[in-house]
Parts: sequence; structure tokens; C-alpha cells
Amino acid sequence: MKRGSLRRRSAIAGLIFVSPWIVGFLLFTAYPLIASIRYSFSKVTFPLDGIRLDPVGIQNYTTVLMNDADFKVALPAYLMQLCCYVPMILVFSCMLALLLNSPIRLRKLVRAIFFLPVIILSGPVMDNLSKLGAAELKGLPTFPVYSFIGKYLPGAVSMPILYVFEHAVMILWFCGVPILIFLSGLQKTDNAIYEAAMVDGASPWQSFWKITIPSLRSFFFLNGVYSVVEISMRATNPIVKLIKDGMFQITRGFGFSAAVSMIYFLLILAAVLVLFLLFGREKKDVAVYEKRRPTKS
Amino acid sequence: MKANRRTKLRRIILGSGEQRGLLSRAVLFVLTVSICFVFLYPLFTMLSMGLKDGKDLNNPLVNWFPTKLFTGNFERAWVVMGGFNTIVSSTFMFLLISVAQTFASMFIAYGFTKFQFPGKKLCFALMVATFIIPDHVTFMPRYLLFKEYGMLRTYLPFLLPAATGSGIRGAIFILIFRQFFSMAPKALDEAAMVDGAGYLRMFFTINLPLVIPAIVVVFVFSFVWHWNETYLADLYFGNAINTMPLLLERFTDNYTKIFPPQTTNPQAALNEGIRMAATFLTILPLLLAYVLVERKLIASLDRAGITGE
Repeated sequence: MKRGSLRRRSAIAGLIFVSPWIVGFLLFTAYPLIASIRYSFSKVTFPLDGIRLDPVGIQNYTTVLMNDADFKVALPAYLMQLCCYVPMILVFSCMLALLLNSPIRLRKLVRAIFFLPVIILSGPVMDNLSKLGAAELKGLPTFPVYSFIGKYLPGAVSMPILYVFEHAVMILWFCGVPILIFLSGLQKTDNAIYEAAMVDGASPWQSFWKITIPSLRSFFFLNGVYSVVEISMRATNPIVKLIKDGMFQITRGFGFSAAVSMIYFLLILAAVLVLFLLFGREKKDVAVYEKRRPTKS
Repeated sequence: MKANRRTKLRRIILGSGEQRGLLSRAVLFVLTVSICFVFLYPLFTMLSMGLKDGKDLNNPLVNWFPTKLFTGNFERAWVVMGGFNTIVSSTFMFLLISVAQTFASMFIAYGFTKFQFPGKKLCFALMVATFIIPDHVTFMPRYLLFKEYGMLRTYLPFLLPAATGSGIRGAIFILIFRQFFSMAPKALDEAAMVDGAGYLRMFFTINLPLVIPAIVVVFVFSFVWHWNETYLADLYFGNAINTMPLLLERFTDNYTKIFPPQTTNPQAALNEGIRMAATFLTILPLLLAYVLVERKLIASLDRAGITGE
């Protein structure tokens, strides 16, 4: 009797603690999500007494996908950004985390510098910087490697490479949080496993590929999701701009914007799904054991 | 003798076993310095261009260092950005918002970590899932909601979601707190319960002191992310509330209003130097805050991680 009531009391207390989130979720996430889906299937007009929805089926979607000129430009730009940025962010931040994990001098200072962009990155700042060329390394096109790639490699290969070169600063600036996540992952792997590998005659190169990378697998997934979301939420993103501009235009309106945003959401979901297929599932044949977290007191 | 010396030299340069050689150290050093340079490059550019006058800007021979320090750009940018007024008012507003968000996510995470209630798993899964729902999908109905209740052009559209833990990237904050709460030993709670402490008391006297590092992290991030948010701010605030990044976005228009191109001398025309100065001013408060809390921030981020296992 006593135990049952205690459990019930604890459940009520838990619900009370969580209740702000439940309210917030229903009001600011669930309801708007459903409303957005409804907008995307209707023609939204604003008579004097509020809002009016006339269902039009999938007309908004066909307008966006088939007829809209801006969307045709924005979509490839966004996909290009996603496909080039995310893998490069993962590779760079993994390398930088490894660098920070090795004993170098002024480690704290270096780490502070790597983390700086997270604090000062914002839409207009980025916009201004890239407009005035401060986000591109000056003199890069004069390097022989650069012109070599542009000249002698086929366009399909050279384009992404040159794109990455041009956006190097931006990509590095996105790396702050992923570096920290990788670092905490690296610090969690037990050193004993490296020692065991060394005793068995593994070279550092081998133990990097066979131990370090597999043990970071789930962190790759986490960082991938984080980067996708981070890039997609930037105010400078072409599709995001289209959504906001479309809202108040007579030719487009809320229905159009809602349709764009739903398509956008599906794209992000697809990107997360791809990441999950690549990194999400644990491989069974790799034996990685983690150091047990010491309980903090 | 000679051979011995040679092996010694080789050991110094290439390293052996535990000891790192000079060569690998040099490579590491160059690599680190150059990456740091790439990170800091935009900051340097901003500062150097902001301090150049019109002549230096057009002179291709002047590269990083202006011939003389010219503060006119910063003065003009300061006037256009609204000076102290903007800084104080937006700092105050965002402080309020981020305090609300910090406390809300702390309470919510506490509920998720320490209690069992029906539907907890579902709620938690939904909470994590909200992280990948972009704001751009949900903001239109939200905008209409706020409009209906007359909350546009006030700071309530930012404050209300923040106070319910579903503001900008609310899911991350809840996960950080959850991480910290789950590291707190359970025995303390049980002991307090035996001694007859209520749930609120247990929260404030036992668990709150244990998560102070998380409070720092969440507070700073909440502040910074709200400060940097212009997409929604532009929509909700219109021109009733001016945050610094918003003013930066509208800098060109505001500049021509305050310094009309016809009346002022051509020296004062809007150029890159002034834009850079304005950009620098916008990030200056954040930069200062970062320098102040950097050590604490990184240390506590390290400890818990946003890794959410």
C-alpha cells in the first residue's frame, strides 16, 4: 500500500516536472506541424476575420516541384552544400579531434580557437563575411594544384573538389561542436586496447583503422546528424530564404511556403536516414569496449 | 663512436618508441598553426579592414596592416548600430530569455531522469525527434498564433517557447542536463527521501548544485543561439526590437538614412571598411563573453559532452 502510493506520487512529481515541455511541445511543435501539413494541401487566404483554407490537393507541391523557378535554383544549391559540407565536416573534425587528442603544446589555446566560431557564427555575420570575401582564403586560385584540378580533371570530379577548396573556411567554422563530440569519444576509448594491439604487433596505422575509427562509429552518426541540422537551419540557406520570402507574396503565399517547408523536412529526414544506414548500426564483429565511466560524486 | 652519434641524431629527428622526434613535432606544429590561422582568418580580415581608411582600402600595396590606425569606420558603424542603447536592450532581453530556457530545460530534464511515469519513453523519443524538425516547418502557424494573441513586436514569441523548453534547439539542452542528472548518485536522493525531504527540496538542495557546470553551458549556448537568430527575429520583432545581428542585416539601409550620400563628403560613403567594422561590433559582445567563460565552458562541455549516450 505504502509502496504503491509512493510510486504514484513519484509519477505525479515527474509529470509535473516534465509538464512544461508537454505544453510547449503541443503548442509550439505538434500543433504547428499538423497545421503546416494542412496549409501545404490548401490555398490559404486571409479574409478579415482570420484564416481560410480551401483544399487544393497536391497543387502546391506540383507548383513547387514543376513550375517554380527559384526552387529549381535553390534545391541544387542546397543539396550541393549538404553533400560537400557534411562529409568534409566529418573528416576535418575527426582529424582535428585526433590532433587535439595528441600531446601538443598550447592545447587549451588551440581548442579555444577551434571552438570560437560556434560562438560568433550567425546568419548576417556569415553573409557579410562571404560577401566581402573574408570567408575565402585569398590567393588560393594562384596555387598550381588548384588550377591543375580545374584544368585537367573532368568537370564532375573537379567541381566538388574546387567547391570544397573555396568553402574551406566555412567548413572549418562548422567543425566546433563536432570536434568536441569526437574528442569526448576519443577520450572514452580505453588505452589498454591500443596497448594490446601494439603487443600483437599492430602498427599505429593499423590500430587507427581497426580500433579508432570503429570506436567512433556512433559519434560519426551523431556528428552527421548535428551537421545536417546545423547547415539546414542557417538563415543564409537558399531554400530557407525561399520559404520566408514566399509567405507574403501574392503569387505564392502560405500554401506554397508550407509545401516547400514540407519538402525541405523530407530532405532532411532522408539525409538523416542515409547517415543512419552508413553509421547508425553497430557492427557486431568489431570488439570495442568502452572504459566504464567513473561515477562522479 | 661516429655511428653512435648518428643513431643518436636519428633518434632526435625521427623519434623512437615513446619519444616523439623533431620531425613529427615540427609537422604537428606547422599543421596546428596553419589550421589556427584558417580559423582566425576572418577575424583578422575583419579587424584589419575595419581599421583602414578609404585610401588604404583601395591601395593594393596595403595588405594586412593599415598605414595608420583609422577609427572612423568604427565610430560610424557604432552610430548606425545604435550604440549603447542597442547593446544594453538586446543583452537584457536575451538574458531574460536564456535564463528562462536554462531553468525550464533543467526542470524538464530532471523529470525525465529521476522519475518513472506512464508515457515517459514516448515523450522522450518525441523530444529527441524534435531536434531534426526545422523551425522553418513550424514557424508559419506559430507566427499566426502569436499574431492572433497580439504578441508580435514583443519578445514573447522568443520567451514563451524558451520557457517551455522547446525554444531554439531545446532538445540539446535537455539532453545535456539529463546527462548530468544521471551522473548524480542515487544514494543521496534516497537518503534525503528517508529524511523526509520533498521533491522540490531534493531538487534544489541536492541535485541543483551537482549540475552547475551544465547550467553554465546551457546558459551560454542559449544566449548565443538566441542572439544569433535573425530569421525568426526578423519575422517576430519587425522593427520594434532591434537586436545587433538584425541591425547588421539592415545595415546598408540604415547607413544611407543616417549618412545620406549626397550631403556627406565622399570620404564617408559606405565602404567595406565600415561594413567590416559593423560586423566586428556585432560579434564583439559574444567575443568578450567567450573570453570570460571560455575555460569553464570547454571544461564542462568536455565533462558531459553533448554526446547523450
